[in-house]
Amino acid sequence: MDDDDRVFKALADSTRRHLLDRLFERDGRTLTELESELEMTRFGVMKHLRVLEDAGLVVTRREGREKLHFLNAVPIRLIHDRWIDKYTEHRVAALAGLKRELEETG
Amino acid sequence: MSTMTEQATQVYSVYIRATPERIWDAITKPEFTTQYFFGSAVETTGEPGTPWVGWTGDRAQQLVDGEVIESDPPRLLRHTWRALYDAETAAEPFSRVTWEIEPADGGVTKLTVVHDELEHAAKTAASVAGGWPWVLSGLKTLLETGGPLGGGGESA
Repeated sequence: MDDDDRVFKALADSTRRHLLDRLFERDGRTLTELESELEMTRFGVMKHLRVLEDAGLVVTRREGREKLHFLNAVPIRLIHDRWIDKYTEHRVAALAGLKRELEETG
Repeated sequence: MSTMTEQATQVYSVYIRATPERIWDAITKPEFTTQYFFGSAVETTGEPGTPWVGWTGDRAQQLVDGEVIESDPPRLLRHTWRALYDAETAAEPFSRVTWEIEPADGGVTKLTVVHDELEHAAKTAASVAGGWPWVLSGLKTLLETGGPLGGGGESA
């Protein structure tokens, strides 16, 4: 499994996307805080966080006695650059051309 | 209390197929930074107590102001950060950026950027949260493919 596979697999689950959304709202949370917002066992949340961490979407840091979870959007940016831009580039260019044409004639 | 500290820290990380020395050069030399750091030319000697400054590519405008706090080439660079590109971020106090470079297995190196001390710099925090993923994605692409993003190997 390569890096992109791990990211797509991690994102292909609504609970894991929900965890990323929670971290997007407020970054740097403990397992206990994240667990309190989900109807799931601590073990279940840990398992999902592990998948997100393996994909690089979550990074952990120790601060004192606490282990904090941070959202890392770099893999999403890399996928965007590799998979999204490539397929949308000429569509955007076509629209920009249309806009220019309409504005010149209008 | 701890909520404040948590909010005040952002962490970004990426694995790059390059040596720590190449990554060190890429983050401290303007000929590299202009290719992935929103076009900005970073100027620093990497020596503690000296400036860490980001300019526009043509050096006409200073974008980021800072000073090196700690340096251990090619493993660690820590500097202060005040973004001048926006009047609101320029009015906020200095925050702190730490670049950690750790060799990992299989010829790859883990680069981690910790942007902290953002307690009193909410505008800066919002601005850089959108920016760091671009910077690190661009840096990985540059070092692994030898060209900036979006070029696909062709010249612009």
